[in-house]
Amino acid sequence: MTEVHQIQSADPRTQTSYAQAPEVRERLVKDAQALIARYPQSRSALLPLLHLVQSEEGYVTADGIAFCAEMLGLSTAEVSAVSTFYTMYKDKPVGDYHVGVCTNTLCAVMGGDEIFATLKAHLAIGNDERTADDQGERSLTLEHIECNAACDFAPVMTVNWEFFDNMTPTTAVQLVDDLLAGREVTPTRGPGLCSFKQTERILAGFEDERPGVVDAGGPAGPASLEGLKLARQRGGAQ
Amino acid sequence: MTLENAATAEKLVPVLSRSWDDPRSYTLDGYRAHDGYQAIHRALAMPPDDVIKMVKDSGLRGRGGAGFPTGMKWGFIPQGDNKPHYLVVNADESEPGTCKDIPFMMANPHELIEGVIIASYAIRATKAFIYLRGEVVHVLRRLQAAVREAYAAGYVGGNILGSGFDLDIVVHAGAGAYICGEETALLDSLEGYRGQPRLRPPFPAVAGLYASPTVVNNVESIASVPAIVRNGPDWFKSFGTEKSAGVGFFSLSGHVTRPGQYEASLGITLRELLDLAGGVRYGHRLKFWTPGGSSTPLLTDEHLDVPLDFESVGAAGSMLGTRALQIFDETVCVVRAVLRWTEFYMHESCGKCTPCREGTYWLVQVLRNLESGKGTEEDLTKLLDVCDNILGRAFCALGDGATSPITSSIQFFRDEYLDHLRNGGCPFDPAHSTAWAPALAATGARA
Repeated sequence: MTEVHQIQSADPRTQTSYAQAPEVRERLVKDAQALIARYPQSRSALLPLLHLVQSEEGYVTADGIAFCAEMLGLSTAEVSAVSTFYTMYKDKPVGDYHVGVCTNTLCAVMGGDEIFATLKAHLAIGNDERTADDQGERSLTLEHIECNAACDFAPVMTVNWEFFDNMTPTTAVQLVDDLLAGREVTPTRGPGLCSFKQTERILAGFEDERPGVVDAGGPAGPASLEGLKLARQRGGAQ
Repeated sequence: MTLENAATAEKLVPVLSRSWDDPRSYTLDGYRAHDGYQAIHRALAMPPDDVIKMVKDSGLRGRGGAGFPTGMKWGFIPQGDNKPHYLVVNADESEPGTCKDIPFMMANPHELIEGVIIASYAIRATKAFIYLRGEVVHVLRRLQAAVREAYAAGYVGGNILGSGFDLDIVVHAGAGAYICGEETALLDSLEGYRGQPRLRPPFPAVAGLYASPTVVNNVESIASVPAIVRNGPDWFKSFGTEKSAGVGFFSLSGHVTRPGQYEASLGITLRELLDLAGGVRYGHRLKFWTPGGSSTPLLTDEHLDVPLDFESVGAAGSMLGTRALQIFDETVCVVRAVLRWTEFYMHESCGKCTPCREGTYWLVQVLRNLESGKGTEEDLTKLLDVCDNILGRAFCALGDGATSPITSSIQFFRDEYLDHLRNGGCPFDPAHSTAWAPALAATGARA
């Protein structure tokens, strides 16, 4: 454990901040208490707390685990056992953007495999790897993901768990190039992207406070409306 | 676009999707403009047991795959037991092919919340949780906002609409684990543990969240309740079949002209749905499909006229599941498809029980060999043998589901497995299956 921690801390991007930073710690304690208060039993706040510590450092660090354990009166082993079970908790620093390509059967067949292969070659990284700092203004981590419940928009990609529908190898390359260059990118069904860390704060259970974000993306994507459109033509919805 | 078959269109019944083309459908005002929050007035004026009876009478069966009668599940909650009761909404939609709850919660989150209020009142719960898979932040945003709006409007919180009924709703984001769609694994996850299934009995109705009586219902099940209360159980029963009442989402994806959500009476057939969706993509024909996600055995073009209700799909050798109709045409290699699903089950197996943890691993090894043309015919026997040792012996339905695509594909496409051996590899070109492949069709996609 100690050795792992030292390796992580050797990278200036990933130095743990709040163990030695009282103001960060104070802020996180306040957030953690707000989350814990939502549940009849404190341990239920563990998944939200892991999202919270990930929002601070971009992955779940040894400090993050210790913080969760301390807040909930658990051992670090109990927290690690949970953290390592769930794929959204990362054990190494994620880039500014987490880029997912669905390669479960339906998306894979519809072109997800080709998209994923194209991106690996284009970025010169493998699955669950991060771009180097000199590859762009920003960094990203590429990962193939499992079915994300958007099969009628296949092939699907995600960036920071926001959806990019009906992708092709060409649009996928454009997307990652835009991300690396720091250009603004808007998902198909949501507001402009925030960083991976900011996304993790929403997942912890705190609302995205940017103006207009709830409305962005409209009520439904085109595929969602196919049945309703036909019913309207026939006349009469319930 | 004209309808070739008006009679088929009659089977489309937009209830939960009725408002989705309204640009403000997801807001409180948008929902109220579509009869929203009317049902709670009626429900909160009824004795809770009458609400349970109403849902029982409607014939509503769970929309998360298993099809257990929703009202009966509510009726199992012991009353007068001086324990807190909980409602937990399973919004962990992760079954491959299933894509109904996510667009629903994006477009109409308030109908889910109204359903949560009514269901909680019926089972006498004062705390409800919506367990949403984590990887859908746009939906999380909508749910968080909708719950906030519902509190501000007095529909959630203390003494709702002066009824004396109190309810708190917590939106809880998961962290990436298919197994958490299994209701007892979900409860463990919500308690802050690894999402691993629990031994049953005791069932959640007796010892669920925090060992208290708990109802776990799928999003679509709970969201169906306001319309039942608004329109009456007989209205709901007027759709569907005798044992599979009502309407539900049919989600078409893959090689179909217009993939999407089709909310229709249970009992509609794939032939009818394909008719509505413009058919299999141009120039191709149906090869195989899943009726309800990858855990339901594959069906083929022999099954186009099977009524998509619980009984008929069961009689055809599969399961209605989540009505996730993944359509694959003749360009798709069934071995490739099945291998990928099996890799998914291996990855998502929680590791708690040996048949599933070890079995899915070995299924993947054997399938990889077969797919790359390095296997032998005996490997097919081995696959079926491993499946036989998982099915019914695993701790939960994940293991059972993992065997479905394998056994059904060997049943219908044994020769295609053997083609891989004869060919020394996959005889298909995956380029012909992609969404951008139509131009290739003319050049002779392999039939």
